[in-house]
Amino acid sequence: MSFEGLPKGSCDKKRSFRDSIYLWEVLRGLGVTAKHLVWNILHTDQMPTMQYPEEKRVYGDRFRGRHRLMQRQDGSPVCVACQMCSTYCPADCITIVGAEHPDPKIEKYPISFEIDLLRCVYCGLCEEACPCDAIRLDTGIYEIAADSREKFIVDKEFLLDNHTDGTL
Amino acid sequence: MIIVLDTLAKILFFFVLIMGLVVVLIWMERKGAAFIQDRTGPNRASIGGVRLAGLVHPIADVFKLLFKEDVTPANRHKALYNMAPWLVMTVALSTYAVIPFGDHLTVAGRKVPLVAADLSVGLLYVLAIASLATYGVVLAGWSGNNKFTFLGGIRAASQMISYEISMGLALMGLILVFSSLRITDIVAGQGDLVLGFLPKWGVVVQPLGFILFIVAVFAETNRNPFDLPEADSEIVAGFHLEYSSMKFALFFMAEYAHMVVGAALIATLYFGGYQIPWLPRPLIEAHAGLILTLKLIGVAAVSLLIAMLFFRRAQKEKGKFGDARDREPVLGGGLWVLVAVAALAGLVLKPWTIGPVGADLVASVLQIMAFVAKVVFFAWLFIWVRWTLPRFRYDQLMRLGWKVWLPLGLANLVVTALVMAIV
Repeated sequence: MSFEGLPKGSCDKKRSFRDSIYLWEVLRGLGVTAKHLVWNILHTDQMPTMQYPEEKRVYGDRFRGRHRLMQRQDGSPVCVACQMCSTYCPADCITIVGAEHPDPKIEKYPISFEIDLLRCVYCGLCEEACPCDAIRLDTGIYEIAADSREKFIVDKEFLLDNHTDGTL
Repeated sequence: MIIVLDTLAKILFFFVLIMGLVVVLIWMERKGAAFIQDRTGPNRASIGGVRLAGLVHPIADVFKLLFKEDVTPANRHKALYNMAPWLVMTVALSTYAVIPFGDHLTVAGRKVPLVAADLSVGLLYVLAIASLATYGVVLAGWSGNNKFTFLGGIRAASQMISYEISMGLALMGLILVFSSLRITDIVAGQGDLVLGFLPKWGVVVQPLGFILFIVAVFAETNRNPFDLPEADSEIVAGFHLEYSSMKFALFFMAEYAHMVVGAALIATLYFGGYQIPWLPRPLIEAHAGLILTLKLIGVAAVSLLIAMLFFRRAQKEKGKFGDARDREPVLGGGLWVLVAVAALAGLVLKPWTIGPVGADLVASVLQIMAFVAKVVFFAWLFIWVRWTLPRFRYDQLMRLGWKVWLPLGLANLVVTALVMAIV
């Protein structure tokens, strides 16, 4: 046998007689699978499979889940509409429309703050870029579901609400 | 008239056996594959929260496939396209006609042989029908008007031609040993002993022939490692790519029916069919009472053991899910306790004082059970091999068929003929 294009000696290993008639190796393979089968039947409780909707994986504290917007004491967003996050965002999924804030101590506030959760890659660069800790990915929500694409574009009120879950 | 009724009853027996086994085999395939690969397998479909370890899934599958849209390609060959799945299924079912599933059953004083059609050329019928099945696959491949289905059909045809020969040659050795083409004769011949202690099974007198035959059967049933006609990773799904809904289901069921045929053939020709080793029929009839008593006690003991395992699990997983699923191990254990109780209740009827009519019935039922057990084991072997071995490459398949299996088959035939001439 010759295999063109392969380095010499990589494929011309001589097979022993036992290997070349396959049968012994086939029986050995059947033994391996039988071992797994019997062990798993007798130890169903040690199966590594997680029964997902009932059992859920516990993620670490630094797991980046769905975003939320932080609130001031009066419930208005901390965000000052500086556009840092939307500028940094590699997926270009944040759209902010800013306006002048009635309080003279605060420059601006977002009239609308929209995140397209289908575009988002959950990299966390927005929370790193934010100068006033207004956006965080610390909700731990990762099961996000909706029945239309439009619903995945979430608005300011939704992101400010601390009682939402994955349902959009 | 009565013979027609007999035959219809036998056909019904095989039909029920096959269709029941198909459901069980689909479950065994999915669950076995899962356990071999360290997964749990299907366990979601349930009836009122009771999942029966995934046994509900085949039923759910049937309903899903029944209600699915039947998508058909626009440029198909209509007649052949519609015919192919039925052809495959019909052929798969018709092989059973010549396979004996028991010696005889005495019904109202008549001895009914337990084979639907006791042909004098039974083995030739098996070979002829087995190769007909490939027509269905080839037609399905061609009528779909798709290059992948076409490739699948071509592969099926060439594979059939290559392995039909070694299958025939392997069977020739068996014909020489038992000097008959009638399958009932072959099975009856396997009830003897060779060298005084080994059962004269085909696998004992024809070990090489058995290996040739089992590999050829794997190739004929298009199962891994010879599933090149459907090879999902190369040609999508091969010959049944263009089929959906119930037509696909027919192909799917036909594959399992073929597996049962293959298993029944291996069991019948090489593992003594309905014969119980070291326990020929006269012996069973002579000691029917004792055997029945021991069997009832054994069934009771085994089912109590299984029930114990279930109850242990129920204890261990108490309140794991918090709904109806927690009751499953208890239900399973209870079911096995019922079996044990039924077996022990049978002892009250004093089975050791059984009469000659009862002894005959016991022998027949035991032999049918032996046959079904062998078929189930070999059907499981098909599944076991599928989840162990990778698929052959096409040239490897051809090399094995023509350069190894054909000469080995010829050598086996010559050696068998010489031995038979000398002995």
